[in-house]
Amino acid sequence: MAVKSGTEPAVASHIFDWDFVFGHANYWLFIVLMMTGLYIVVARGNLVKKIVGLNIFQVAVFMLYISIGKVTGGTAPIFPLDMKVDPTVVYSNPLPHVLILTAIVVGIATTSLGLALIVRIKEAFDTIEEDELLLIERKLTAADNREHGPAMGGRA
Amino acid sequence: MIVTIIDILLFFMLVMTALAIVNRRRLFSVVMLAGVFSLLTALLFVTMDAVDVAFTEAAVGAGISTVLMLGTIAQTSRREKDPTRSGVLPFFVVAVTGAALVYGTLDMPNFGDPNAPAQLHVGPDYLKNSVEDMDLPNVVTSILASYRGYDTLGETAVVFTAGIGVLLLISGLAGRRRREDEEEN
Amino acid sequence: MQHHLILRVITKLLVSTIILFSLYVQFHGDFSPGGGFQAGVIMAAAFIFYGLVFGLENVQRVFPPWIVHRMMALGVMIYAGTGFFSMFLGYDYLDYNAFAPHHPSHGQHYGILAVELGVLVTVTGVMVAIYYAFAGRPPQVSDEDW
Repeated sequence: MAVKSGTEPAVASHIFDWDFVFGHANYWLFIVLMMTGLYIVVARGNLVKKIVGLNIFQVAVFMLYISIGKVTGGTAPIFPLDMKVDPTVVYSNPLPHVLILTAIVVGIATTSLGLALIVRIKEAFDTIEEDELLLIERKLTAADNREHGPAMGGRA
Repeated sequence: MIVTIIDILLFFMLVMTALAIVNRRRLFSVVMLAGVFSLLTALLFVTMDAVDVAFTEAAVGAGISTVLMLGTIAQTSRREKDPTRSGVLPFFVVAVTGAALVYGTLDMPNFGDPNAPAQLHVGPDYLKNSVEDMDLPNVVTSILASYRGYDTLGETAVVFTAGIGVLLLISGLAGRRRREDEEEN
Repeated sequence: MQHHLILRVITKLLVSTIILFSLYVQFHGDFSPGGGFQAGVIMAAAFIFYGLVFGLENVQRVFPPWIVHRMMALGVMIYAGTGFFSMFLGYDYLDYNAFAPHHPSHGQHYGILAVELGVLVTVTGVMVAIYYAFAGRPPQVSDEDW
């Protein structure tokens, strides 16, 4: 663990420092959110629900980026209309906003690609539950083995 | 301080929504809760000064993605089947991953720290120079379209490619052509 | 949805307002939150809204699929074409100073307008095309089952 500078106390004593807790609570809560999304992806068998879980995970990552750009006491990075910028006003960092703005739109485009795949899977296998899909897949492989296995010299 | 408290409140609402999504079996309510989740996210982005991002998230998450997911469950099924396996192993995996990520945050600068590394690099340069270079009030637009125009060109191409992919998969053009071929034969 | 009279009237009122709002978001994006991505999504939402209430055939009479499919590619072409145009004027790719050499910030304004227009066209096209693709298939779940 890299401690930032020599004068700072070790991490274990940081935990009960209220400044530290308030300054990091955001990150911890977004990790809780991210892990909820990951849990849905790993534990639930329905493909639509998996996509919703992936979306939650994705949004948690967006939040991390945006929270990195936030400056205490800052405001949205939009200047007054007459462009007379007051040097005492603090603006939040606009760069993460740009990255995440485009990422959201790309995210919906890729999500819809996943949903389209689900529709096709339903059409081909008549189910969108992972367990049933795996069973069907196993049967298909077995059938392939029976048919082509000898010609391929063992497993197809 | 007050901003942090609002943040944490909104975060708790988000986590509640996410937990509700985990336990729902009816996909219709899952999709609706996902819309609620997006709107709460948009609120959180506003408190973190990202108004452009909040705008996009509200339009995309609560609008388009809800419609697309409803379209998908109309094509597939409206209930999730009961799980056949226990959730203990996934929970363990998720807990370990989460613990590793929390360990990673211990080194990070405090939320909103003006001296964090992220605030000392190109961000302030854009804020300072765009007054002269662009003469436009919205710095996000200046960066999006001009300073980082190559990025945005790439993102547009990605959106285009994803659209092509969806059309190839489910627009029915391929199926129609196959059927016509079969009729000819 | 033939019997939802209020929904149909409100939709007719709202759709044009939403399209107008999306144009405001597009062209006011330099001064306030907004830009091509948001405007594209909002404009697509207007057509999707119309399609949800009045049915796919009606929205496709307003906004035929062949136009939508060409818009998807046209937006990327506008964006990339802006870059090539500045290259032909002897500047770097996507260097907007080319459009007003004596007044660089005006050149930037023109360039930003052009590329945001490209983004608007592509995002609208893609979102509407995706909606058409999903809505164009016969549903497996009947209306009563929801």
